[in-house]
Order: sequence, then C-alpha cells, then structure tokens
Amino acid sequence: MNELSVDHLLGIKYLNINDINLIFETADHFKEVINRPIKKVPSLRDITIANLFFENSTRTKLSFELAQKRLSADIINFSSSQSSLKKGETLIDTVNNILAMKVDMVVIRHPNPGACMLLSENVNATIINAGDGSNEHPTQALLDSYSIKEKIGHLDNKNILIVGDISHSRVALSNIYALQLQGANVMVCGPKTLIPRYLNELGVLVENNFRKALEWCDVVNMLRLQNERMSNSFFPSTREYIQQYGLTMEILNSLSKNIIVMHPGPINRGVEISSDVADSNNSIILNQVENGVAIRMAIIYLLAQKKTLNS
Amino acid sequence: MKGFFFKLNFKYNLVSKNIILNEKDLEIIVNRLACQLIENHHDFSNTILIGLQPRGKYLLERLIHLLKNTYKMKVLNYGLLDITFYRDDFRRREKTLKASSTDNLNVEGKNIVLVDDVLFTGRSIRAALTAIETFGRPNQIELMILIDRRYSRHLPIQPDYRGRQIDVYDNQKVIVNWKEKEENDSVYIIDKK
Repeated sequence: MNELSVDHLLGIKYLNINDINLIFETADHFKEVINRPIKKVPSLRDITIANLFFENSTRTKLSFELAQKRLSADIINFSSSQSSLKKGETLIDTVNNILAMKVDMVVIRHPNPGACMLLSENVNATIINAGDGSNEHPTQALLDSYSIKEKIGHLDNKNILIVGDISHSRVALSNIYALQLQGANVMVCGPKTLIPRYLNELGVLVENNFRKALEWCDVVNMLRLQNERMSNSFFPSTREYIQQYGLTMEILNSLSKNIIVMHPGPINRGVEISSDVADSNNSIILNQVENGVAIRMAIIYLLAQKKTLNS
Repeated sequence: MKGFFFKLNFKYNLVSKNIILNEKDLEIIVNRLACQLIENHHDFSNTILIGLQPRGKYLLERLIHLLKNTYKMKVLNYGLLDITFYRDDFRRREKTLKASSTDNLNVEGKNIVLVDDVLFTGRSIRAALTAIETFGRPNQIELMILIDRRYSRHLPIQPDYRGRQIDVYDNQKVIVNWKEKEENDSVYIIDKK
C-alpha cells in the first residue's frame, strides 16, 4: 500500500487501517526530517494550499501552516472575520473564487458539520478537514493515536479513556473512530448531559464515575469544555465539574497503575486538568503538538500525490 | 551450451536476461572499490559513507564488512539516506513511491561518499545532493557507483568510483541482485515490459 484509499481527508470514518498505517509510516519519516538542521523538503513546491478558517484556531492553524511550509508549498490564509462571507457570499462561491486563483488544496475549519463534505462534492480541489463543527477533527485524532503508539508501542487491546464534553467535541468522535480502527477499547466519561446517547451504538463504553474510569484505562485524553458550543447549562457549575471530572496529581498518584495523560489543547489549567498534571512526566501534551506537524505533513504529502495520479 | 541456456531462460521467464556480472565478478569489484576508498580516505576519520535507499544499502553493507574485517579499519562512519521527498518526479510518476528511513547524519565539514548500485539519469544523485545539504555543509561529496550506465545522463553528474561501465538501451533495465535480499549475487540486463 503506497497510497491512500481516499482523495480527501473528510473524516476518520472514511479511512481504513491501511490508510492509517501509511500515514503513520510517512509521518515517521517526516518526524526525522523536522529534526534536521534544515527542516524542509522540496516535494510540494508546485502546490498552492488555501487555509480557510471559518472558526478560531491557534494550534491547528499554526501546525498546518508549518507542515505546508516544511513541504515547500505556497500557502494563502483566510479567516472568516475578514471575508466577503459577511457580505452574503456562499461557502461554495467563496471557495471557487479562491480556486480560480489556481489553488490545489484546501484546508478548512468550519462551524457546520458536513461543510467539508459539501465542498468535496462541489469544488475541484483536495479537501482536508481541520474540524467541522461537532462532527470530526481527523488530523487531531491521527496525531493522538500516533502519539499514543509512539509512547506505548501499539493500540491493540489498549484501554483509552476520553473524558469531558463528548457531545460538543469533534476530537472525541474522530478519536473513537481512529482508536477502534486500531483495535483499542474506548470508554468515555463525563456528566450524563454531555455524553450523547448514540455512543453505545458505536461500541463505546460509558462510565460516569471518573475514578472507576481512570482505574480501567491505560491512557486518558482530557477534553476541554466547549463553552462556545453550549447553548444550555449542562452542569450546575464549573466548580462542581472540576470536583467530579478534574484530573489532579492527587488522583493520578492514587491510581494503581501509571497512566498516560493527553489533551488536544487548548488547556484550561485548573478546570479539566491541573497544572502539575499537564506538566508532569505522565503528560504527552507537547509530544502531541510536535507530532501534529509530522502527521499533517504526511497527510498533505500523500493527498498531493493522489491528486496528480488521478488527474 | 550458452545459447541453449538463454533459450531456456527466455522460455521460462518470458524475459530475456543478459548476465553481466556473477558472484565472483561482484566480489572482485567490491573489493577493488573498498581499496580505492582506502587509497583516497586513508583512516576514514573525517569520512562518512552514505548508502542511498533503498538499493545502495546493500553495496554499502558489503563495503563496510570488507573495510572492517579484511582491511581492519577502526573508525568507520556510515549511514543511510532516503531521497524520496527530494525527487523531482513527485506527482509525475505513474506509480507512487514509498519512503525509507534515513539515519541521523552529521555531515558538517565531513568528506562524504555517496554509495548507490546503478547510475542512470543522475536525477537520484541530484536529489541526494539536496538531501545531504539539509544535514549541514560537507567538506566534499564523492560518488561511488557499482554500475554506470553510459550515455544515459540527464544531468552533468559522473561517478568518482565505478564498478563497471556498461552500455544499455533505454528500453532495458539493469538489475542488481544481492544475496542478502535475493537468491544470489548477480547483475543482469532485462528488457522493460
């Protein structure tokens, strides 16, 4: 298997295990490249990529930009706050106008689930999903799995716990798909109001007791409360949330085994995770950020290769 | 007898195969290449031998084995370099290429010898020169090639050390077999399909 089975990266749902293995293998090589004195390869020097961010982003946007620059691609950046969308232009028109300037690939973050799918069906460019509403965030899930694999070797039959705001999290859904594809057991934990009912159908274990869930897992991925997507009050107070689901060093030390702690960022220190846990040896949060660039380089490289072959 | 052998070969493999070097020839050539390296690089203290992935690896391993065991070289620096991301035919090839691993190479101020099995258009070597630069600024770079395909270069690149120079038609391919990977040590020419 030297190429991906998909032409766009819309979600983990559309990938198979060979795709994931190929992305990881390619990311291994790029990780070596980005640790050289000159961290750049000329592969994509004839490609232009548009980064369309219709929602705020720091890490993902920087990580994508860096990955594109490391591959020698030309890039243009666009954010919705400065765009003609405010003047009533549709998403497809906006993107087609950008593509008319000879852009080959589009990285898009959008508040509406399915925006990437819509684009992939209506415009002539490779689409990479950088997060669509509460649907998927495939590159985050891939870098999470890659980071776990790097730390513990493999995911087969490992117990991975995702804690927090599952309902509003695109990271959670993409992670569930990716982890299950690689043979891991997935459990979610959080207030009942923030756990969607359909999760049982996905074969995910649900546990409301944080302590029990932590004893079960090998790796815990602590999610942020997505306050910007919450229209109602889903729990009594942040203080109560911290008491029930906040991960502290005290809890971590009281567990019967050593577990790995992850966080997709941005961290709300003192809410879902305490500062000492975030900075502890158990935490691989900064490894996730480093791996993010390598994983995104691999995805862009493999999709760019695909596009030429098809055309 | 020789004609009969080739007829049989053609019949069973459906590809005409013209053997250029056998195991003994290869042994003599690799030994000579090792001696030429010693002649120019003395104790190898400031030299790095770099095998180009994927096929240069086997010639490099043979050289290292000889230099260490037969010629008792104490200091030998060597590694492997993959050039997939530096190729000029990315998005232009019909078949996709899979990258191989690259070692951590400290090339700053060093004398580099690139080692590969076949020199054809010279484009892989051009890619390797770009790839080497990403590790630092070497003092000098030389090229060692087992089989040099004459009259086929697309770029002004020539080897400093060559095992054998041969003339091959464009529609033919040179295959180098190493017993570590294939059944035996041999070099032969086949017609491309």
